[in-house]
Amino acid sequence: MNFNKLVLASISFVTGMLMLVFPLQAKVEGDKIILGSAISLTGKYATNGLHAQRGYDFAVERINSMGGVKVGGKTYMLSIKYYDDESTPARGAQLAERLIKQDGVEFMLGPYSSGLTKAIAPVTEKYGVPMVEAEGASRSLFTQGYRYLFAVLSTSEQYLSPSIDHAASMAKKNGKNPSSVKVAMAFENDPFSLDVREGVVDTAKKYGMKIVIDDKLPADLSDMSSTLTKVKAMRPDILLVSGHSKGAATAARQIGEMRINVPLISITHCEAAKVHEKFPKAAQGFLCPTQWSPNVPYSDSYFGDSKKYDREFKAAYPSYSAIPYQTAQASAAVLVWKLAFEAANSFDKDRLRDAISATQTETFYGKIKFSEAGNNIAKPMLMRQISGKKYADVVSANDLAWPRKVSY
Amino acid sequence: MLDNLKLLFIWAPVMNVQLILDGIFIGAVFALTAYGLALVWGVMNIKNLAQGDFVIMGGYISFALFNAGFHPLLTLPLAMILMFGFGWLVYVIIIRRVIDKDMFTSLLATFGLSLLMQQVINLIFGPEVQTVDPDFKIYSAFDDFVTIPSIKILSLVLAALLALGVVLFMKKSRLGQSIRATAQDPRAARVMGINTDRVYAITFALNAAICGAAGVLVAMIWVIQPFYGIVYSIRSFAIVTASGLGNLPAVIGAGFGLGLAEQYTGIVFGAEYQVASAVVLLLLVLMWRQIKLRQKREVVR
Amino acid sequence: MTRTNEVLAYIVLAAVGILGPVFFENYIQQIAVLWIMVLMASTWDITGGQMGYNSLGNITFFGAGMYISAVVQISMGYDVAEYTAAFGAIKVDFTDTQYFTGIALGIIAGGIGAFLIAILFGIAVFGLRGPYFAIGTLGIAVAAGQFVGTIQYLGGGSGISMPVYPGGVDQRNVFFYILCFIITVISHIFLKWLYSTQFILAINAIRDDEDKAEAMGIKTGIYKVVAWSIAAFFMGLIGAVFGNMIGFIEPIEVAFPTATFGIFMVAMALLGGKGTLWGPILGAIVFHIIKETTWTLLLGWQWVALGTLIIINIVFFQQGIVGWLQEVKPEWFGLTVDSTSKKSEA
Repeated sequence: MNFNKLVLASISFVTGMLMLVFPLQAKVEGDKIILGSAISLTGKYATNGLHAQRGYDFAVERINSMGGVKVGGKTYMLSIKYYDDESTPARGAQLAERLIKQDGVEFMLGPYSSGLTKAIAPVTEKYGVPMVEAEGASRSLFTQGYRYLFAVLSTSEQYLSPSIDHAASMAKKNGKNPSSVKVAMAFENDPFSLDVREGVVDTAKKYGMKIVIDDKLPADLSDMSSTLTKVKAMRPDILLVSGHSKGAATAARQIGEMRINVPLISITHCEAAKVHEKFPKAAQGFLCPTQWSPNVPYSDSYFGDSKKYDREFKAAYPSYSAIPYQTAQASAAVLVWKLAFEAANSFDKDRLRDAISATQTETFYGKIKFSEAGNNIAKPMLMRQISGKKYADVVSANDLAWPRKVSY
Repeated sequence: MLDNLKLLFIWAPVMNVQLILDGIFIGAVFALTAYGLALVWGVMNIKNLAQGDFVIMGGYISFALFNAGFHPLLTLPLAMILMFGFGWLVYVIIIRRVIDKDMFTSLLATFGLSLLMQQVINLIFGPEVQTVDPDFKIYSAFDDFVTIPSIKILSLVLAALLALGVVLFMKKSRLGQSIRATAQDPRAARVMGINTDRVYAITFALNAAICGAAGVLVAMIWVIQPFYGIVYSIRSFAIVTASGLGNLPAVIGAGFGLGLAEQYTGIVFGAEYQVASAVVLLLLVLMWRQIKLRQKREVVR
Repeated sequence: MTRTNEVLAYIVLAAVGILGPVFFENYIQQIAVLWIMVLMASTWDITGGQMGYNSLGNITFFGAGMYISAVVQISMGYDVAEYTAAFGAIKVDFTDTQYFTGIALGIIAGGIGAFLIAILFGIAVFGLRGPYFAIGTLGIAVAAGQFVGTIQYLGGGSGISMPVYPGGVDQRNVFFYILCFIITVISHIFLKWLYSTQFILAINAIRDDEDKAEAMGIKTGIYKVVAWSIAAFFMGLIGAVFGNMIGFIEPIEVAFPTATFGIFMVAMALLGGKGTLWGPILGAIVFHIIKETTWTLLLGWQWVALGTLIIINIVFFQQGIVGWLQEVKPEWFGLTVDSTSKKSEA
């Protein structure tokens, strides 16, 4: 063998591998409908990527065991093709392209986090592939005029703004002006948390509150003691933290350790980080926004009511003591797909898109109805406060334990 | 920024106490991993990019043992022993073969190791953020304004003991002396009858054990996740680069300096500059040494 | 490499480059990324392989090109601060002319900007040697990502949604593919020319013994900075293209991914064999294929596979694929087997 032959051989090896590894599958193969998703299985979002993946898998199993999906008189089973996007937007966009172009996927489920969804949405859009996503909440996703993007969850400005509202009404109740409330914020420097921050800033401005601390946490920071030291010195009335699971865990750990005594602490991703289990003392009275709770009064014919979902998911994955909403909404996204297939009674992308767009249903997760922009407008965001090792629903400021009861 | 400075020095000067204490506690853990790196770098010229992953692995060993019912403090020696064995294994399989090669060989081999370790840890323990919460007493002063968890004090003491132990071991023991001899001149050491291969193996395993100890402290003080190793790797490289090799007091000093710098940048400029401050400091130290050496017409190498 | 072998290699590469996307239209983006990887590894090798200065921070220029181009492109139709402050919340509409002049100017500005930045940083870090240079450059790349993340004008951690290509999907893919391919080809031609001039002798002298080279009267300082700036220029160009191709840019993971692409390019060059023209190219091709394959076949184990590959490569093939071939089959490279010239350049 000489060099020429080696080069030729290596090139044919290359093309051969490409052919072997990436056979163009059909979107529907035999009696299988293939959904595609690039999800974070490694990297900084892996915790929640896994929560979402389990939600997808749980729903697929349930729907298949209950007879699958009926289209055109034939019964199909759902299955999902996953890729690992490594928590990086560049990789996510490439993998979405690969799912669509090479694996022939025409029905997409979303990735985890707003940043990844921001990167993938333009790809699904340009191919006209509908994507039902469950984990990208940033408002900027719904201002681009995307026609094929649908989100079952509430948008991110609703995450922590209610906490500000509650703080304002508590101030009124105590005979003070809401504008006297001092706000401290620490948000991760990523698309989701910054969008949450925008919502908070707008609301605080409305009441004329003063923002005394406005820190942005680097993505790879595992220590926020300097921010918390500042919190001690400034004595704010409310402390807001958002930084996915890692942010929640780090905050809970150090809030306990540094004995932070702020009347109201509000943090996103409490359930996902399991702060109620891992830091039961410090997490007392944390006010946590959630997209879903097992107490919501909704139900559907596949998962039953929300309590049943809660029970059965725990039975399937015993490591959870509280189901993160990331899981529930992922399951809901799969359900939306199933209903859309049956409503459209076809596998045509555009008819499916219209069917999803027209979805108006109640699921265990909540009501689902999409706006023109693609976000779910039928479901409110909920607030829950940690009390003991449980989450108590907070509907109005009257339900709030203020100041939070904590004994270090 | 001006407000922050005022806050620091006029409105609430007590803050400084907390910041300095936190800086020292963090710095101690940094110094520990950095010292391990300085050891393998100095003795066998290995630049270990998997340093941070050793730390995380130590943390997970502690986490697993803690969940299995061991007392958190008991997990420290156990993790060290296990990591020592792991380090030896890594030496035999990988490091032994790259030891005499140019610097990028070891850097890349350990980078490969780092990727591998991250995902194996992820496969075993899952990607969730974990912590070992020993629930020890928390001391406080100035009406709860300054809080010191006893675990942090304990970890500072442990770090100091470990450092002392390593120094004594290097100075007094026969093995430590042969390590130092090998570092100075491997060929001469071989001639003198020192089994350099074994010395290298012990050095590398010792580094893994030190990292494991640091990891146990990290798991007890902060949080661990399979992909956090890189943070500790970069910091230990920064410290060693700034302080030079084989100079324990300088490593400890640089570790504390870095810990303090991060705390103060967090307050003065905002938390978003905290990671950047570490690397900028590193660059400044390198620049400064470069300028100093240029005056003597030498180079940093 | 002998003349005929080289011609053959070019024919094969051109066939892959031109016919690949025609026949395997579905793989067009993966082949485009392949060319990007080839460019990264080849330009890294200018300083890393030929000059002996192992940089871990070349990714800085990739990100710099990306952000410079984004600013230039957006300013064709909007106020940049307004555009980024809205977190992509304004629906953007660029006319075709705005888009195409924007992207043309953006790519060029990205290259030139990266070139200038490299001169600036080069002056600062080229007094460092060996591991200190590697760590210093790594520091620059990490700091760059962190600082861009704090600049509101550039969108901070929220990133920037790039202007959308005005044409259809397939046209868009072809457009970016051609850009990637052409830039890589130009960089290769340029390097081939560069490696035939005296320049290569000077930087090789720096690699072999810098102090002696300086004593011989070579202005090592200038050569070092120029060599790095050339790499930076091409990295800036391709960074600008990549940002547009992905459509959404963000500082830590997309623009300045030090722990992935920043180190991958070094791994690729070493895999193929550093200090050769063809080594980095071969390394990039092999690396890219293995990475893409394992990501599909070994989901959940892909990093284990990649880590193992790098370790095996480093432990057993330290001279890289081309270096190993040169030793085993020197006649393929037109080398006469003579123990003294065995490792010399083809």
